[in-house]
Amino acid sequence: MIPSQEQEQWMYKNMLISRFFEEAIEKIYMEGKSPAFNMANGPIPGEMHLSNGQEPCAVGVCAHLNAEDVVTSTHRPHHVAIAKGVDLKGMAAEIFGKKTGLSGGRGGHMHIFDVDVNFSCSGIIGQSVGPAVGAALSRVMQKKSGIAVAYLGEGAANQGAFHEALNMAGVWKLPVIFIIEDNSWGISVSKRASTAIERNSDRASSYGMPGEFIPGNDPIAIFKTVGLAVERARSGLGPTLIEIETSRLAGHFMGDSEAYRPAGEKEALIKIDPIPVMKSRLADTYGWTDQDDAKLVEEAHSIVDEAIQFARDSEYPAPEEAMEKVFV
Amino acid sequence: MTQVKEKERKLTIARAMAEAIAQEMRTDEKVFVMGEDIGELGGVFGNTRGLHKEFGGERVRDTPISETAFIGAAVGAASDGMKPVVELMFVDFFGVCFDAIYNMMAKNTYFSGGNVTVPMVLMTSTGGGYSDAGQHSQCVHATFAHLPGMKVVAPSNARDAKGMMIAAIRDPNPVVFMFHKALQGMGWLGTEKDAIVHVPEDDFEVALGKAAITREGTDVTIVGITSGVHHGLKAARILEEQGVSAEVVDLRSLVPLDRDTVIQSVKKTGRLIVVDEDYHSYGMTGEIIATVVEAGVPLKAAPQRVAYPDIPIPFTRPMEQWALPSAEKIIEAFNKMKEI
Ligand SMILES: Cc1ncc(C[n+]2csc(CCOP(=O)(O)OP(=O)(O)O)c2C)c(N)n1
Ligand SMILES: [Mg+2]
Repeated sequence: MIPSQEQEQWMYKNMLISRFFEEAIEKIYMEGKSPAFNMANGPIPGEMHLSNGQEPCAVGVCAHLNAEDVVTSTHRPHHVAIAKGVDLKGMAAEIFGKKTGLSGGRGGHMHIFDVDVNFSCSGIIGQSVGPAVGAALSRVMQKKSGIAVAYLGEGAANQGAFHEALNMAGVWKLPVIFIIEDNSWGISVSKRASTAIERNSDRASSYGMPGEFIPGNDPIAIFKTVGLAVERARSGLGPTLIEIETSRLAGHFMGDSEAYRPAGEKEALIKIDPIPVMKSRLADTYGWTDQDDAKLVEEAHSIVDEAIQFARDSEYPAPEEAMEKVFV
Repeated sequence: MTQVKEKERKLTIARAMAEAIAQEMRTDEKVFVMGEDIGELGGVFGNTRGLHKEFGGERVRDTPISETAFIGAAVGAASDGMKPVVELMFVDFFGVCFDAIYNMMAKNTYFSGGNVTVPMVLMTSTGGGYSDAGQHSQCVHATFAHLPGMKVVAPSNARDAKGMMIAAIRDPNPVVFMFHKALQGMGWLGTEKDAIVHVPEDDFEVALGKAAITREGTDVTIVGITSGVHHGLKAARILEEQGVSAEVVDLRSLVPLDRDTVIQSVKKTGRLIVVDEDYHSYGMTGEIIATVVEAGVPLKAAPQRVAYPDIPIPFTRPMEQWALPSAEKIIEAFNKMKEI
């Protein structure tokens, strides 16, 4: 399955939007946090996990999905949310804790819910997996179209929930795809130090489903492999486990000194930043010019700027609204 | 005669905990540490800093993100002669591994008729106030304290943190050791300065199950734990300016619970306010009030509680700050009492 030029441009554009969004968030996050870095301060308080470098995992998968398909994501959700079509203004406002946010400010960056495009995420490692299996089950039981995709980190593949859910999806042959974003770190602990085998995709055989490993943080390769998995899921042939080699260009969260990274690692990763790689691919394959690129870059910037401005301009909710929405 | 005054040595709770564990590891080779990012990183909250360097990866083990496995493993190792100190990074994560905690760690001693011991410490961070939302800000004190078979302690200052950690490691029973993030002394979480106190260098113990009178007073008893103690102390200072003498009791330990210290204090003051960052209903606040009422202590006013409302913790600052206990809310509760 080969992406069309239009699909490749869509992927590149969403990678740009995602990266610009993270860059904007990063800058605003630091407002009010110097000279002393205190997470509680500034327009965006709390933990912040940026997705810089992992954009291929988002676009290569979501290029195959429609709004009706269900995606569950993790504590590092922005890139996936953007590719899934989550309302960017509502997401930005949620990250700022504003009344106009997707959850009125109750959830924040680790709890993005957009029912219009069936997107959700959770800050508990491994808990993206069960709900995706359940959504897939629900589609089968209701005879409704659509599949489910669970994202998780390679660190999360060591949680019991992952193994339990995969087994169940395998037994029941559910229309669900498990996407492991292998950025080789779980906070400060490397995959090598925490995982008994090299590739989590090999674990698929324990659960009666195909397992695929995609090297190179390459959106096109991801598109191809995931396309087959999506076809399988949509035609009732059951689940697939896919591990994608990707890179975390930022710290685990904002404020991370990253002292645990081996010398030179980050510099090496920046050299293979997927965004310039994708740009040259478009140039090589479709004769994409610098002007074409500049136009898209500008468009992506304006989409992000508009969302950030919306978030900035929005009001905070009234404190007492905290009591609402526990039950409906 | 000259008296040698010990040099003042102020430590954060994070450093006090790490020092306590290090001292026990030096004298008892059965003590070892497991958890996520507790090795070279020194713990996300700094309480294992330096241990990996001194004792190496064999005794200071970074685990996979597999709480069910490593806490379950700690139960097994503890029953086989080791003394594990394990970290559950945020107490909120107990959801993925509670069976190992409350059905195994807490019950094996009893089930075995006392023949099996589980001498382990489960240390875990609590509390919010810095907009980390509802899966990273909870206290859930009562959820643990409600279930029999595990001690549950939570110091409010560095001296207690060290002495109670040493006592916890030496205790033949499982101890859940909760530390509040805002008191930990990590700059990036803000720092409650009153938690940073002088800590003796020796390997002293602070008994588990003994409350402390942190401030003496005669008109009202304010009972708290961790952040609640600091809110109580601030409220007491404000009340003092209004001519009210408040006594502040730091429970330090939920299990065993030092009911007697609370009862004696309220006997003296006749008024009781209980402060807890844990949820309002079915919690520590209700337990303390019931303790005083059951003891028949004569009261001058109906007791009050200042606790977290029964809602998941919201992310946005205005909502979260509004919901958190505070000195102001304690004063409000006191003023309400006078009207009754
Ligand atoms: C059950 C649980 N345990 C621990 C954590 C703390 N934690 C947050 S992110 C993280 C690392 C996750 O690594 P990985 O799954 O590889 O995702 P990445 O951060 O690399 O995107 C950990 C341990 C958590 N949120 N939930
Ligand atoms: Mg990872």
